[in-house]
Amino acid sequence: MQREVASAGGAPASDADPVPRRRFSGRVLLPAAALAVMLAAIFVLQPRAMSYNGMRLLLGFSLPLMFAAMAQMCVIAASDIDLGLGTYIGLVNSLSALLLADRPLLGVLSLVGCVLAYAGMGAFIEARRLPSIVVTLGASFVWLGLALLVLPTPGGASPAWLSALVRLKPPLVPLSIVVAVLLALVGHWLFMRSSYGVVLRGIGSTPQAVRRAGWSLLTARTVLYGLAGVFGLIAGLVLTGLNTTGDANFGAPYTLLSISAVIVGGGEFFGGIVAPVGAVIGAFIMLLTGSLLSFMDVSTDWQLSVQGAILILVLGTRAFRRRRA
Amino acid sequence: MRIAPGTLLATALGLAIISAASVGHADGTGVATGDTSGKKIALSNSYAGNSWRQQMLKTWDRATADAIKDKVIKAAKVVNANASAPEQANHIESLIVEGWDAIVINAASPTALNGVIQEACDQHIVVVVFDGLATAPCAYKVAYDYTAMGKMEADFAIKKLGGKGNVLEVRGIAGVSVDDDIHKGLVDTFATAPGIKVVGSVYGNWTQTIAQKEVASVLPSLPPVNMVVTQGGDGWGTFQAFKAAGRPTPTIVFGNRQDELKLWSDLLKADPGYDTFSASSAPGCASVAFWVAQQVLAGKKVPNTIYLPLPRIEQADLESWLKVMPDGAVATPVYSQAWTADLIDANAAGKPLPPSPVAKLGDM
Repeated sequence: MQREVASAGGAPASDADPVPRRRFSGRVLLPAAALAVMLAAIFVLQPRAMSYNGMRLLLGFSLPLMFAAMAQMCVIAASDIDLGLGTYIGLVNSLSALLLADRPLLGVLSLVGCVLAYAGMGAFIEARRLPSIVVTLGASFVWLGLALLVLPTPGGASPAWLSALVRLKPPLVPLSIVVAVLLALVGHWLFMRSSYGVVLRGIGSTPQAVRRAGWSLLTARTVLYGLAGVFGLIAGLVLTGLNTTGDANFGAPYTLLSISAVIVGGGEFFGGIVAPVGAVIGAFIMLLTGSLLSFMDVSTDWQLSVQGAILILVLGTRAFRRRRA
Repeated sequence: MRIAPGTLLATALGLAIISAASVGHADGTGVATGDTSGKKIALSNSYAGNSWRQQMLKTWDRATADAIKDKVIKAAKVVNANASAPEQANHIESLIVEGWDAIVINAASPTALNGVIQEACDQHIVVVVFDGLATAPCAYKVAYDYTAMGKMEADFAIKKLGGKGNVLEVRGIAGVSVDDDIHKGLVDTFATAPGIKVVGSVYGNWTQTIAQKEVASVLPSLPPVNMVVTQGGDGWGTFQAFKAAGRPTPTIVFGNRQDELKLWSDLLKADPGYDTFSASSAPGCASVAFWVAQQVLAGKKVPNTIYLPLPRIEQADLESWLKVMPDGAVATPVYSQAWTADLIDANAAGKPLPPSPVAKLGDM
């Protein structure tokens, strides 16, 4: 533990440190192996899933979840937690379905406003030294309230370009897999390779060291929450495209799903320890539990329990490995 | 001009398939008898956590188990989401991959599943939505006409009170379309009877305890109430509130919950002139949705929206209903294939809907 804190918190130069690189790959290997086993099981149980169309359908709803996981990871990188992400996604879903098709300018402005509000929330948390769990929980009611205000009953329509975009059928590989690879690469570069990424992870582990090295904590947390706002925005837009309409309540489950995806994918609640590639893999794992149970003819009433069990198993395994290390 | 033998064979096969999908009568009415013995029908249910939904699942199981036993269909299954629309959307995509021939859906959101429903229709899967409806145009909708329920209650009130009296309205959950529709039916009908005054309106959330609390809180401010119109699940609580306030018991239009019917039966024993009725949606609508899906697969022409009659219980039937209802149940029959075919025909022809049958022992 001490070693991780030191490596993440050391000045930007520590990017060359071999220790976090090794830890990182170990973090991602476990969820990657788990996902491979799940996919193998799905293919054995339901050979139809192995086709292009099968994969496209099975992974259709991975798009919003992987962006939600990436958004949540940005917040978790600061050792914070975002309990408002799901309703924020619902707000974006509602706003984009209501405005984007008919009044594009107003729609874009309102969505930019959403991202700014998210960045502002990060600044507020840093400036007033408030616990994120309380601020984001409070914000979750604000997002939901705003969403219900603009769209009291489900409705609206997705702009045609958005629906077409999320239903794109690239040759050979379904869209969700293409996007997942791109998102994982972008996330990996942003957090693991860029020099500012070390600062972003650093405020989650040893903020004093980051400040002493001359970086502004206020800026860093604002950037992290702003990034979360952007990824959450994309998740909401993708949902609008997939569902073709808006529903203020639709996004809510994404709060807990995104947290689970980050943790299952190798992230930790504290210490600025996150794995962008793992978060994307974690999103797939969370998504496929339902399909796997369905193919096994196990009642989906077990889905929540199984997702919870996976989470406990992952955390348990990690604690066990840490003790042996 | 030459015609390839393959084309002829294909045409012959096509004709054979079309003739196999014949219907009971020459004019297309009655039960369609096309062969569906190899078909599989799945139910995607948005939520299973209350007694109404549990009963709904039970009627689904009863209807499908019989259909499988009689070789009408090959397989059925149920997938429950935890009141989460994304989860349900994902379940439906899995069902598409699994190759189910028809998917019956009680939707978590009226709009959010439209994308996946369209996806299912594109794969030539029959989609039937019921209870929690979705607006996707390609889905068959099995719906209650809740405006008619409001009208039915208001008509009864106007007749019973002779066009003059005070009415208390107990509503459902604010913002839910079912509540809006019932309310609209009531308001529109009461508008034709100026002597009827709606002296109060509370939200009982279709829950006895909440209805009791809400009614109790407005009662002190109300003039004498002659009649209470409810939406079901709230009649027993309403009565308790009147009793606790020491007010005379008004005529309450009940819902079809067992506790409400039991109370009505007790009130009748105390006062044989206590004249009312009860109505609410039946969990058995799942069995109607199932048979609609089966009939579409069997080749029957089915209108896009099928309205269901709300089971209405009159004093004459009260005791026979109570006899077959376990404690805590909601009155519902398990609807049959023949009844569903009649319902589809009535909807297609714009004729009055067949009345909901009385339940048999074991339906609930």
